[in-house]
Amino acid sequence: MSEHQGQTSGTRKYWLDDPENVKKIVRALIAICVLLFIADGFYEKHSHFGIENLFGFYAFYGFIMCVGLVLAAKVMRVLLMRDEDYYDRDR
Amino acid sequence: MIEIANLNPGLVLILGALAVPLLPQAIRRLYVLALPVAGFALVHQLAPGTLIAVEVFGVTLEPLAVDRLSLVWGYIFNIAAFLALLFAWHERDTMQQFSALIYAGAAISAVFAGDLITLFVFWELTAISSVFLIWAARNEAAFRCGMRYLIIQVLSGVILLAGTLVWYADTGSIDFTHIGIDSFAGQLIFIAFGIKCAFPLLHNWLQDAYPQATVTGTVVLSAFTTKLAVYALARGFAGTEILIYIGATMTAFPIFYAVIENDLRRVLAYSLNNQLGFMVVGIGIGTELALNGTAAHAFSHILYKALLFMSMGAVLFRTGTCKGSDLGGLYKSMPWTTGFCIIGAASISAFPLFSGFVSKSMILTAVAEEHRWFVWGTLLFASAGVFHHSGIKIPYFAFFAHDSGYRVKEAPWNMLLAMALTAFLCVFIGVYPTALYDILPYAVDYKPYTSYHVIQQLQLLMFSALAFTVLMLSKIYPPELKSTNLDTDWFYRVAGPAVIGRLMQAISVTGTSVEKFAARRVEQLIATIHHYHGPEGYLAKTLHLSSMVFWVVAALAFVLALEFFGR
Repeated sequence: MSEHQGQTSGTRKYWLDDPENVKKIVRALIAICVLLFIADGFYEKHSHFGIENLFGFYAFYGFIMCVGLVLAAKVMRVLLMRDEDYYDRDR
Repeated sequence: MIEIANLNPGLVLILGALAVPLLPQAIRRLYVLALPVAGFALVHQLAPGTLIAVEVFGVTLEPLAVDRLSLVWGYIFNIAAFLALLFAWHERDTMQQFSALIYAGAAISAVFAGDLITLFVFWELTAISSVFLIWAARNEAAFRCGMRYLIIQVLSGVILLAGTLVWYADTGSIDFTHIGIDSFAGQLIFIAFGIKCAFPLLHNWLQDAYPQATVTGTVVLSAFTTKLAVYALARGFAGTEILIYIGATMTAFPIFYAVIENDLRRVLAYSLNNQLGFMVVGIGIGTELALNGTAAHAFSHILYKALLFMSMGAVLFRTGTCKGSDLGGLYKSMPWTTGFCIIGAASISAFPLFSGFVSKSMILTAVAEEHRWFVWGTLLFASAGVFHHSGIKIPYFAFFAHDSGYRVKEAPWNMLLAMALTAFLCVFIGVYPTALYDILPYAVDYKPYTSYHVIQQLQLLMFSALAFTVLMLSKIYPPELKSTNLDTDWFYRVAGPAVIGRLMQAISVTGTSVEKFAARRVEQLIATIHHYHGPEGYLAKTLHLSSMVFWVVAALAFVLALEFFGR
């Protein structure tokens, strides 16, 4: 398990080192998402709220909220980010 | 007489810890692992309803009170102690083993405390023992951080004691049962629990302290303090409406910080805070399903959170850093750690077949059954968010992303074994939830694996992953930057000292000018006196004899005149 120890750069080529394979993963993810979205038409919903009956509600909600989360966090950075040693300066 | 079977199981760890410094290294390692095993066995033979009462100074103390709620925590705390100590097997620092055992033992003892005084004693013991896990990092930053942590933790205990005394004065009882926030005493106790539970605005000790502890210390810390507070809230404040809103806030706001935080152990601390929110909401809802959900979620949370902290601890142990900006590509040299981290990530994200799925969904269902759409929407957002930052960000930036060039050894065998066992439990609970449901406080009539639940959860998670991928590929995702993000600790680390500093300066400036003014006045007075009475002063002059005679004659003449005309 430690065959790379001491080497500065691994000579072994890993599957993920090839950008083509990363693309494959992204494509697989998109395929899974499409399938899950379509699957929304094929099961019986047990909803507590009306909005849950919207086609693909959970998919939309997950996507939109996460994008919103990241964009909001980027704005927070403007306000809240300081240097790494912010608290260490005036010792 | 109290038999061993009726001993508070936490005392096994506390008393057992006392022998730790005396044992040689080889025996000590096995011994510290044996203690939580014994503690677990002791918990296992306790029957719900067992109560040991002791009369002390006219007050009835209950050092052991067992019910189905406390048993859940009794089990998981012993399991967590065992796994954390196994993770720390390589550790030669006796102080850490000692304080970890005392800390775990105190938390277990507190869980089985039947009265508020016993609770207080062990509540404070968790604070005092755990700070050594931070100080054990043995650097200036950790020392200062430990002091901040200790002050806040002890403050929580002091407020708990104050609340207990008022409660005793009001009710004449110190039994730890339902308390509620209607009375002043109840409010004090509520705040004491809230500090340890990292309520919003009272939370920052957690994100401040946990990333400063040692590699193994953080794993220990993550399990006990906050979950003890969750337990205490569930016992004293179940069904308290405000907890629903406090909990919902807790689930939401830390995830924003988690997205931009660079220290990956601090990211985990923020997500710990977020997970506590789910439990707090469950307590606030207070139905049987909700309280079961809280207990179940505390149980599975302790495991996957420990697993995530273990994997980041292993990374820190091997590379010496836990910063997202410095890491990446570690899957090449630490493949096992990578795998275990992904299992922890899947569990916290509540993927079907992993532990978070079967526990968190109980709380969400309980919220939905109460038709609280806003809270439900918040929790759903937080569920997507937690996958985003704990599920994807942690493994991605540590083990994948760009290759940082680190070529290190895989984690030591004991760390791998501890991670493997924890990962196994995460999957086991996810695949066979009945094992967990059987020990919950109330009978469980809940099925997590229904087609709609599985599909909806997968939709939520996979589309969150899609969002991450899209943001990453379009370079919108904020990069990991070396930085400090301001949180509420800014108020007591910067603003507070600055205000007090200014105040002290103003006082000293005013004081100086008052002093100067007084000194000048005194000088003036002395000068005046000197003017009249000094060597050159008029009043100090020696007068001529003839003028003396003149004045005496004049005075006599005056008296004579008065005598003459006065008649």
